[in-house]
Amino acid sequence: MRQAQHYTRTAIALHWLMALLIFGAFPLGVYMHELPLSPTKLQLYSYHKWIGITILFAAATRLAWRFSHPAPAMPDMPRWQRIAAHSIHHLLYVLLFAIPISGWLMSSAKGFQTVWFGVIPLPDLLGKDKELGNLLQAVHEALNFALLLLVGAHIAGALKHHFIERDDTLRRMTFRYKGGA
Amino acid sequence: MRLKITHKLLLATMLTAGTVSAAELTQLNPAKSQITFVSKQMGVPVDGRFKKFDAKITVDPARPEAGKAQFEIDLASIDTGSDDADSEVKGKSWFNAATFPKATFVSSQVRPLGNNRYEALGKLTIKGTTRDVVAPFSIKQEAGGALFDGSFVLNRLQFKIGEGAWADTATVADEVQVKFKLFVTGASSTR
Ligand code: HEM
Repeated sequence: MRQAQHYTRTAIALHWLMALLIFGAFPLGVYMHELPLSPTKLQLYSYHKWIGITILFAAATRLAWRFSHPAPAMPDMPRWQRIAAHSIHHLLYVLLFAIPISGWLMSSAKGFQTVWFGVIPLPDLLGKDKELGNLLQAVHEALNFALLLLVGAHIAGALKHHFIERDDTLRRMTFRYKGGA
Repeated sequence: MRLKITHKLLLATMLTAGTVSAAELTQLNPAKSQITFVSKQMGVPVDGRFKKFDAKITVDPARPEAGKAQFEIDLASIDTGSDDADSEVKGKSWFNAATFPKATFVSSQVRPLGNNRYEALGKLTIKGTTRDVVAPFSIKQEAGGALFDGSFVLNRLQFKIGEGAWADTATVADEVQVKFKLFVTGASSTR
């Protein structure tokens, strides 16, 4: 496969858009879950679901883009680090599908359909089933805990490259990056 | 000749009178009946139901215009689909079920709409407020009785269902679709 010299602008834009959306959806999910039932809670649940589904669509776009536009090679690093970074990237892709899909299915099972931005109804792939809804909620929570750990490792890795190795790993995920191996 | 006609008329009247009383239905079969509703939360329809209700009904499916019905719905038996919401809507700002445990509907008139459709007019009382409602329905004869299937739109704010912050109709719409399927059998039929 042809090795790219740098990330495309689209790949960079999608990366940071998703980061932004995840940093919105995650704390919102934790916060809304704790609230007593109120109109605000119902609103926040809807917003959370809308952002989450946006992440799902962005993830699909990003994966399709990734297949047609290979990423640049990683900078030189020990084998274990390369494997760790690759694994984290793969798992992050998996979670960015699995988390929103678990949320979508949970909502269907709980009997609260997801209507994206209040306009586009997503089909209920599961019928109403309270037990299943609670199970999917636990799954959604567990996957989110995994996401927290992986994003933590992902950020730690990026910062280590930037401040300790002082290489281009983080910089090449920015629009201003002009370099290239 | 004249006598004969009178006889025939008499016979006919007796026959119809006989069938009418035989077809009169009076027992609600709760297992085959349901009262459900659809509310809109953030623009999304959400289903719910009442698990406990009772009715005094006298109706002849062949002549529903003469029928009478009186319903009692146990508001604490509500199932909104979430435990949180179930306890919330029994509270003061919604049904205040501790003070007003039951919703009642008393029919005053049944009008034919044609094509096996009818509408029941009557008074609906919830949370101390009484309003006129009109509920269109259809009748389906089934083995052992008849199924009365209909719906009407309830404007929840007219009954102060959802006060304070909950009066905001952008979050929970004012219109709630109430649907009923009532299976009514003859007095003798077993449940
Ligand atoms: C990548 C996208 C998403 C992220 C990062 C995310 C994150 C979270 C987090 C952290 C929680 C709190 C878990 C807890 O404390 O119990 C949560 C709860 C929840 N999420 Fe998501 N979520 C995402 C997508 C979705 C989607 C697409 C839906 C539905 C269409 C959804 C529906 C829900 C619901 C309903 C809850 C609350 C569960 C409850 O309290 O009953 N989420 N989410």
